Amino acid sequence: MSEGISQPDQPQTLEGHAGDKDLFSKFDDIIAMRQGLLDSGVEDPFNLVMEKVLSPTRAICNGRETILLGTYNYMGMTFDPDVVEAGKQALADFGSGTTGSRVLNGTYQGHKDVEEALKDFYDMDHAMVFSTGYQANLGIISTIAGKGDYIVLDIDSHASIWDGCAMGNAEVVPFKHNDIEAMEKRLRRIPEDAGKLVILEGVYSMLGDVAPLKEMVAVAKKYGAMVLVDEAHSMGFIGEHGRGVVESADVIDDVDFIIGTFSKSVGTVGGFCVSNHPKFDIMRLVCRPYVFTASLPPSVVATACTSIRKLMHGSNKRAHLWENSKNLHKGLKDLGFQLGTDEPQSAIIAVIMPDLQQGAAMWEALIKNGLYVNLARPPATPANMTLLRCSLCAEHSEEEVGEILEIFEKSGKAVGII
Amino acid sequence: MDRAEVDAKIREIAEPFNKKGVTITEDTSFQNDLEFDSLTVMDFVAEIEDEFDIIISMNQQAEIEKYGQLVDAVTKMQAD
Repeated sequence: MSEGISQPDQPQTLEGHAGDKDLFSKFDDIIAMRQGLLDSGVEDPFNLVMEKVLSPTRAICNGRETILLGTYNYMGMTFDPDVVEAGKQALADFGSGTTGSRVLNGTYQGHKDVEEALKDFYDMDHAMVFSTGYQANLGIISTIAGKGDYIVLDIDSHASIWDGCAMGNAEVVPFKHNDIEAMEKRLRRIPEDAGKLVILEGVYSMLGDVAPLKEMVAVAKKYGAMVLVDEAHSMGFIGEHGRGVVESADVIDDVDFIIGTFSKSVGTVGGFCVSNHPKFDIMRLVCRPYVFTASLPPSVVATACTSIRKLMHGSNKRAHLWENSKNLHKGLKDLGFQLGTDEPQSAIIAVIMPDLQQGAAMWEALIKNGLYVNLARPPATPANMTLLRCSLCAEHSEEEVGEILEIFEKSGKAVGII
Repeated sequence: MDRAEVDAKIREIAEPFNKKGVTITEDTSFQNDLEFDSLTVMDFVAEIEDEFDIIISMNQQAEIEKYGQLVDAVTKMQAD
């Protein structure tokens, strides 16, 4: 699931009212929900402006110096001097944008270079870069799974995965979150001769929990399914080389496609798919979200390329990020907060709030005390929970994690949650 | 299994999901009358799938709005 602020990841059918002429009337319920929240007097959690960004972990938000704990900037690459310098150089040498599709005039040397970097990073034969991570899922899923094929996917999948399913006309069969048996039952019932694609995520971003990929990939292979794993929230951090949960679970060779993003650990924007499929390159001609959009600006691919190559040697930063995750998880647990996982499984720690009102109040208390986290609320969340999602950065110091815990304690007591 | 047997079985499965005790008829709507949200739909569909050893894909679910349509669809699927 995603950080979708006010809608579920799975697309909904909004019911219009007969006779209404205003096409916007279908949004009345959500307009009322938002207004209700604002009328209660809280600072709008979905309208935060960062006036100045001081570092990967600090910014001036709504006039206050704030510790950033909800940016997915896991490896803190956004202000890396080499990364920034590569972007400046590309801006000077290649201009501000490509003004074209990858298949026409939009492939520059930098696009090829970043694809080479991805192939090296994942040790795979093919890499294809999209303009966003959303488009990578949308494009690959909708293109490879068509009419008559079956997609078996986790119910807590990200919006970009659901939208890829909706666009591709395959039969879509969801199963209960991380439930190996439920997944197997569904695969078993699919006609043997049908094309099958199993879609999983390494780390699920709502609760920060990891998928049992070892077992799930084995089951998928047993039924002859191809496997796509979205590793957006694990790249650069999980696994010996930072290749994700597929690497730590030792299943990378059995996975057909890995989808990832440049907007988290890599520190810029863009998406990609890597694969060893011998025919993979044909995707460049048949994948509509790849063809019918402008390619990434030269500065973006240059920063991504430099960042990815540096992440290959990031084992010290990875170790420190794990320390941060463990410290924050333990600290919050000791303070009496209810967390999304019993043990820290990723760089995301989800704090479960009693309800939306108290969640919004807690978010506001945190921001006023100088700490930014993501507020996630129903219906975007599993089991309609209200969550404060914390994503740690390798650049958070041990002292900063201590400071974060102090702010949580002070705010939690003020709001009456602990 | 004939339609009446399928109907009886699905009614049994629907019981714990019918939190407000709505009287279920052929025309009862899952969304409007029973007010099933997407997670409830998933759990409810999973139980039916397991009971009849069938798959009701989301594409097929989208065509099913009313209780009677579900019974028809399941009766047909489990006979195939």
